[in-house]
Amino acid sequence: MLETTSRARPVAGARPVTRKPAKIRPAIGYVILCLIALLFLSPLIYMFATSLKPPAEIFSVPPKLIGSEFRWQNYQEALNYMPFLKFMGNGLLVSAAGTALTLAVSAFSGYAFSRQRWRGRNLVFMVFLATLMIPQEVLIVPMFVMMQKVGWVNTFQSLIVPWAFTAFGAFLLRQFFLGVPQELDDAARVDGAGTLRTFLLVMLPLARPTMAVLAVFSFISYWNSFLWPLVVINDVNNLGTIPLGLQMFFGQQGNQWHLVMAASVISMAPTLLLLILLQKHLVKGIVTSGLGGR
Amino acid sequence: MTLLKSAKPALAEAAAGAGTAVGKAKAEPDAQLGRRTMWGPAFALPHGLGLAFFTLLPIVVSLVISLFNWPLLGTPKFLGFENYLRLFNDPIFGQVVRNTVLFVILYVPLNLVVSLGLAAWLTPRIKGRHIFRVIFFIPSITPVVANVVVWRMLYQPGGFIDGTLQSATGVSAPNFLGDEHWAMMAIVVMSVWQGFGYNMLVFSAALDAVPENLTEAAAIDGANAWTIFWRIKLKLISPSIFFGTMMTLITSFQVFAQPFILTKGGPGSATSTIVLYIYNQGFQFHQLGLASAAAWILFVIILGVTAVQFLGQRKWVHYDA
Repeated sequence: MLETTSRARPVAGARPVTRKPAKIRPAIGYVILCLIALLFLSPLIYMFATSLKPPAEIFSVPPKLIGSEFRWQNYQEALNYMPFLKFMGNGLLVSAAGTALTLAVSAFSGYAFSRQRWRGRNLVFMVFLATLMIPQEVLIVPMFVMMQKVGWVNTFQSLIVPWAFTAFGAFLLRQFFLGVPQELDDAARVDGAGTLRTFLLVMLPLARPTMAVLAVFSFISYWNSFLWPLVVINDVNNLGTIPLGLQMFFGQQGNQWHLVMAASVISMAPTLLLLILLQKHLVKGIVTSGLGGR
Repeated sequence: MTLLKSAKPALAEAAAGAGTAVGKAKAEPDAQLGRRTMWGPAFALPHGLGLAFFTLLPIVVSLVISLFNWPLLGTPKFLGFENYLRLFNDPIFGQVVRNTVLFVILYVPLNLVVSLGLAAWLTPRIKGRHIFRVIFFIPSITPVVANVVVWRMLYQPGGFIDGTLQSATGVSAPNFLGDEHWAMMAIVVMSVWQGFGYNMLVFSAALDAVPENLTEAAAIDGANAWTIFWRIKLKLISPSIFFGTMMTLITSFQVFAQPFILTKGGPGSATSTIVLYIYNQGFQFHQLGLASAAAWILFVIILGVTAVQFLGQRKWVHYDA
């Protein structure tokens, strides 16, 4: 990513002939761009502003960004109504377990599809790719019936296991392993390492950056998942995740906008933090696969 | 040119060439990969079994369920194709399909125009471009439910938009979510805000990879920035655009959380979508058979649209730039 950016940067002197207002025009463009970004962010800014307002001042005309006081206790009240910290813990557990499972199966299959020879490999990989066309939404009814049969309705494992096998992981790691030089395998073999040791001790450590990309996407898609938890979890208070909890909170306190907005801020905070900390991984993941967590 | 190839979404390449990626792997000298052992299938087995059990099996199960009167609890009763007949004759389901198609027709082009426009704007010359890119990407990764709840407040009579309009012009805004002429548009606008980040990043990376010498040569020949964009860059990044269009189309047919929280499908059923219908039939009215039939119809629609895309790509997608 960074590499392509720097390469595409125009070389000084190689620029096309510049016209006279060249200095003013980009400046105006830049201001417009900043305004667009601000407009784009305004729902989030408004959300945050409202989350700190006293309830009586929310629907003031004209709308004000800052109320008569910063009412931080809105957050406390929202947390009293609904155990958002517990939802966060649940989400963390489900997302971490799901991500671990995704990484484990994808690392092995990605390796099998790239650096190992076996009969039917390409055909099986095509089937893997084809499953990416099947939308999750089409699967929820049969998946629910299957969960009923195995007694997993209203459990964490129903949130974790069914979605860990997305072919995206195999695809991403296969792309990575295809680029690893063969000399490394050979060297490991000469040193007496078998297939499993080569994979675990040589290949897997190399794949760490790609695994990180996959981990971030997997985590976010588990964390934000909504329709499936809505269907399979009945006991929201104990097993709910953030999206489920927020939806229930909205259903109960829908007109208490100061609290709803505080709850929304709480819901967005972890993913926002993740985005700020891991933006490079995220951008790289999207750019190399074109897919991301979609 | 290798530069351009590397920036093309790899999955697009694999999918679009219907096996180019696989073909490439085949072309590698087999000797390099060592002899055939049982390790390969063994490594692929856990993932393969999981995929078979949790994706392929449910697709088949779904087809079976759709042939039954299948209550949430209790004994299923075989119906044959009655669920499908019922859906085809149900004016509500007809409207739900039309609503979904309307959403797709409005959402996909808007998403593409906005994401492509911003990607083109955010050239490497723009100072702080990565900050802009991250900003525009925020709602793509924050929970959809939270995004939608925030927009529920913006659209509210007396809410942010209405309040601003009232204080600026003295006229109150329409009731966006309660008026059937506005509700779908409101959902589309919210969805574009939330969803264009992915495409913007993909297009932006593809544009970065367009070789400078091509655009410079065109500039020397007297082409202006506008012409260069339309005639050269757009053509060169067409595989990315194709891929983005396809993914956006597939995901947009599955729209659920926006109507579910913003309008509950209303007013009337003006904004009810197929997935919302599936959810309501299956888990509100406990008609899993009917819901499965609707899901299969959605699946077939998505497959059909994808197939049309693939057939149409030869006309405008340039793989060998």
